[in-house]
Amino acid sequence: MSSKDEVVLKFDSAVKEFRDGPNTIRALDSIDFSISKGEMVAITGRSGSGKSTLLNIAGGLEFLTAGDVYVLGNSLTIIDTKKLSSLRCNTIGYVFQNLNLIPALTAQQNVAIPLEFDGTKKSEADELAMLALRRVGIEELANRTPKELSGGQRQRVAIARAIVGPRQLLLADEPTGALDDLTARGVMDLLAEIAEEGTAVAVVTHDPELAAYANRIVRLKDGKIEEVSQNSSKNSAVIDSDEKES
Amino acid sequence: MIKEALLSLLAKGPSYGYQLKIEFEEATGNAWPLNVGQVYTTLSRMERDGLVTSIGEDEEGRPSYEITHKGNEELLGWLTDSVERTISTRDELSMKILMATATDVVNPEKTIAAQRRSSMQSLQDATERRRKSNSQADILHIERLIANLKAELTWLDIAEERINETTKGKGK
Repeated sequence: MSSKDEVVLKFDSAVKEFRDGPNTIRALDSIDFSISKGEMVAITGRSGSGKSTLLNIAGGLEFLTAGDVYVLGNSLTIIDTKKLSSLRCNTIGYVFQNLNLIPALTAQQNVAIPLEFDGTKKSEADELAMLALRRVGIEELANRTPKELSGGQRQRVAIARAIVGPRQLLLADEPTGALDDLTARGVMDLLAEIAEEGTAVAVVTHDPELAAYANRIVRLKDGKIEEVSQNSSKNSAVIDSDEKES
Repeated sequence: MIKEALLSLLAKGPSYGYQLKIEFEEATGNAWPLNVGQVYTTLSRMERDGLVTSIGEDEEGRPSYEITHKGNEELLGWLTDSVERTISTRDELSMKILMATATDVVNPEKTIAAQRRSSMQSLQDATERRRKSNSQADILHIERLIANLKAELTWLDIAEERINETTKGKGK
């Protein structure tokens, strides 16, 4: 069980400020929280509360003004560009709101891209891409391009690309925003499954149902953590199964 | 409503009290226990009204009934008629939030946050129950609860935003 306690993402007194003319806007203020292996955390709050900024910082797409953020113990504020880009190819998977799939490539090629960027041999990257597509349940659609897939299937390709290879942290920004209710449900189940299999998952959402799938909900308000709530029904289930194992 | 439910079950073919009780409870996911006495009382009232007719006893001596043409018509009308919904302005949660807003005892955000916590907990429990359930009736009951809880959580966010806007407008 000790492996499950391994902290994958950690915010330490994190502050993010933006300049707006003469004014400074504090988008994130004294953020402290962490996500461990096997844990799914939902980040909620109104528009403008700082939730997408938080996710971008965890993904190394934006940088903090003060404090620090760590991915598997690596500080993303003092990291060099080469190491950061390697972390982003190997450790951190990101599912963007608009998916960012490359239209000319097949599902499998889209999924293999981050690995190839980081120097993985093509044959190995292809194999790992197939494994990721299998995990998200669309192995048989590997040769289709994005436009030959439904909205829910495209979302699964984007998730496969975010968990391919040795990735340990999955960041998703409103992953069910564009899907109908039942398709969204499938994606929620999938994210919970990915977390149960050991990946740390952080998902930004305004959908209370998706938030209810998480082990913990972090609610932001004006850049600060307003409340952190545990999912007692889910967490007690985890403890039950652990007790059976031992 | 029991009357229409029994008509629905009799539309599949003749049946007797105990069988109807079992089928009713199965179809509703045991959410609504019925006793056999209640079933027979309803059946005899329905017979008086010409919706069902007694067809004597089966080989084990159980009084059986079948649906009539009038019963079928009544059932069809019920199944395709809509259910009237009204918004209650006398709801306790609305009252709490309005009173918190009207007085200075607590910030209404506190009242809203407490309800949000509790509704989210219920939503989490319901989501787990749905995951574990495999009865169609159970799942539909849970889906209904989930839809209501999502609506309440959405409403709480809107209420909070509206109250904040009004408070800011007053220069408080």
